[in-house]
Amino acid sequence: MIDRQILLEKMKTSPYKPMKGKIIEARMLTEKEKFFRIELERKINLSHEPGQFVMVSIFGFTEAPISVCSSPTDKGYFDLTVRNVGIFTDRLHKLDKGDIVGIRGPFGKGFPVDNMFGYDIVIVAGGLGIVPLRSLIRYITYNKNDFGHVQILIGCKTPKELLFSEETNEWMKRSEIKINCTVDTAVGDWHGNVGLITTLIPGVDINPARTYAVVVGPPIMYRFVIKELLKKTIPDHQIIVSLERRMRCGLGKCGHCQIEGMYVCQSGPVFDYSQLRDFKGECHEKAA
Amino acid sequence: MKYATIKKEDLNQWLAHLQKKAKLYGPKKKENLFVFRPIKDISEITLKYIPTILPPKKYYYPQKEKLFRFKIKPFKTSKAIKEFEDFILFAVHTCDIAGIQCMDVVFRESPEDPNYLNRKDKMMIIGIECLEYCDKYANCASMGNHIPRGGYDLMLVDLGEEFILHINSEKGERLIHGLAYIKEADEKDMARLEAVREAKKKVFKEEFNGSLTKVYEAFNQHFTSGVWQDVGKRCVACGNCTTVCPTCYCFDVLDELDLSCNHGMRYRIWNSCQMDDFAKVAGAEDFRKGRDGRQRHRYYRKFKYPVDKFNRYFCTGCGRCTRTCMAEINLVDTVNALLAEGGNVK
Repeated sequence: MIDRQILLEKMKTSPYKPMKGKIIEARMLTEKEKFFRIELERKINLSHEPGQFVMVSIFGFTEAPISVCSSPTDKGYFDLTVRNVGIFTDRLHKLDKGDIVGIRGPFGKGFPVDNMFGYDIVIVAGGLGIVPLRSLIRYITYNKNDFGHVQILIGCKTPKELLFSEETNEWMKRSEIKINCTVDTAVGDWHGNVGLITTLIPGVDINPARTYAVVVGPPIMYRFVIKELLKKTIPDHQIIVSLERRMRCGLGKCGHCQIEGMYVCQSGPVFDYSQLRDFKGECHEKAA
Repeated sequence: MKYATIKKEDLNQWLAHLQKKAKLYGPKKKENLFVFRPIKDISEITLKYIPTILPPKKYYYPQKEKLFRFKIKPFKTSKAIKEFEDFILFAVHTCDIAGIQCMDVVFRESPEDPNYLNRKDKMMIIGIECLEYCDKYANCASMGNHIPRGGYDLMLVDLGEEFILHINSEKGERLIHGLAYIKEADEKDMARLEAVREAKKKVFKEEFNGSLTKVYEAFNQHFTSGVWQDVGKRCVACGNCTTVCPTCYCFDVLDELDLSCNHGMRYRIWNSCQMDDFAKVAGAEDFRKGRDGRQRHRYYRKFKYPVDKFNRYFCTGCGRCTRTCMAEINLVDTVNALLAEGGNVK
């Protein structure tokens, strides 16, 4: 709690100045995604909510919004997982243990974990969607007795793109969590499901009124997954999503992340489907 | 003292006094247009001008604003600006003052933006009321910004031989304090001000074919109107309209390194939602791909979204976006076309 107050105070006096974050662990997870464990100056806890993001600074290369993929219950550090897709992330990938980055945040609204207490949870992760969802999964596994039955559906293009595979295997061993993976194209010794993630949903056994579905993935995935979840009659406000947008400030000022009049960096990135439903034409994630 | 008068012949004397108090910015001629510039020579100031190319926002929200200094190794950040200087914006039109009020609301909203607020704190605004239209592009009467609605320290109104001054703040009071040639206004002066305002009613007429409430309703109803496709077809995505807008504040972040490649400065620079990569993310998804969608977004950020959020229209009626548009996209015509959809004309 004290850490949170320090961060808020810092934000108030100079919201654009990043704090010092030291990379204490860095490794490639796949060909394109790198994992970073970061320790803030004075070992302050980031005190984030699962699903919030930080602005990562590399001086000379500006900033980018990155989801935190560790749980607030992981103390003393936080984790990021970044795909190499552009100039900034390419530079970030060149950094290693001992290097310094700038950190601002945490920003936005995270997953509504308090509202989810006592409910069954269905997590749907497409591609990189597992990254922000890892913060939630770790939070749930830490506080398992607060939640009901937990099912996790993971989908990606090929088996070698599966992120956190070791951790996923650990989760699989836990009797209270059911995990189902699927790949678009099977390669090598893959013996699991083949097909889009939407094909897994009809087989999921749920009590819709008692279930929260949390979906994160590429925009096109939401459209089809939400449709399937609605078929299961999960109420709109119990379908939770997290949206990716361009962001330059995290403070609801720079304008890039706006959907209609809403700043995703402040009002989101986590939304429920009842909020999404009313957007007119600027939300590609809305079910058609 | 609430109202005072100053004879026109004493104006230069007062301006010289203001120059000593703080850095003075005012309107002056540039070729056939007008600009706000620092005023060294008082004779350069022109009080009769059409809205300047850029609004005075360049002084309270600079196009390239220093955020902080940084050092890469060892990692360090430090203040870029030690102290902001006092400055006076002189002869600001009421439309541009409305623009400043809009910016205030945005940057004051939590989380506050200290960069803007620190600068704003040092700013004094002396307005001047327009008694006739600047040109055919303005829509200030529809926006209700052709008459002063606060947001200034002093407001000048031309009464012929002299100006009447509305003193609207303590800061304003200080700018005229102890000057013998500025006298308290009497009943006669007040009656003349009334007469000027009365005469203005015959000059300024609502430019939209409907009240603001109707305009808001039209924006509510016609998100998918063909009007946006039409505007989108003509737009060349140059971003002029947002650059000259007194209420556009979107920005990008820029790092510049010096020759050591170890020291540098982080800036924020004006950006425009009309640029094609404005809403594009690293994964290449573009959330506002077409020029039609981007123009619509610009209009909705004037006539709908801020109304829902702040109960305030973010169009000031200055007419700059129309004046500057290479494709002749006219704001009044666009709004009227939207009003004409679905029979919203009064």
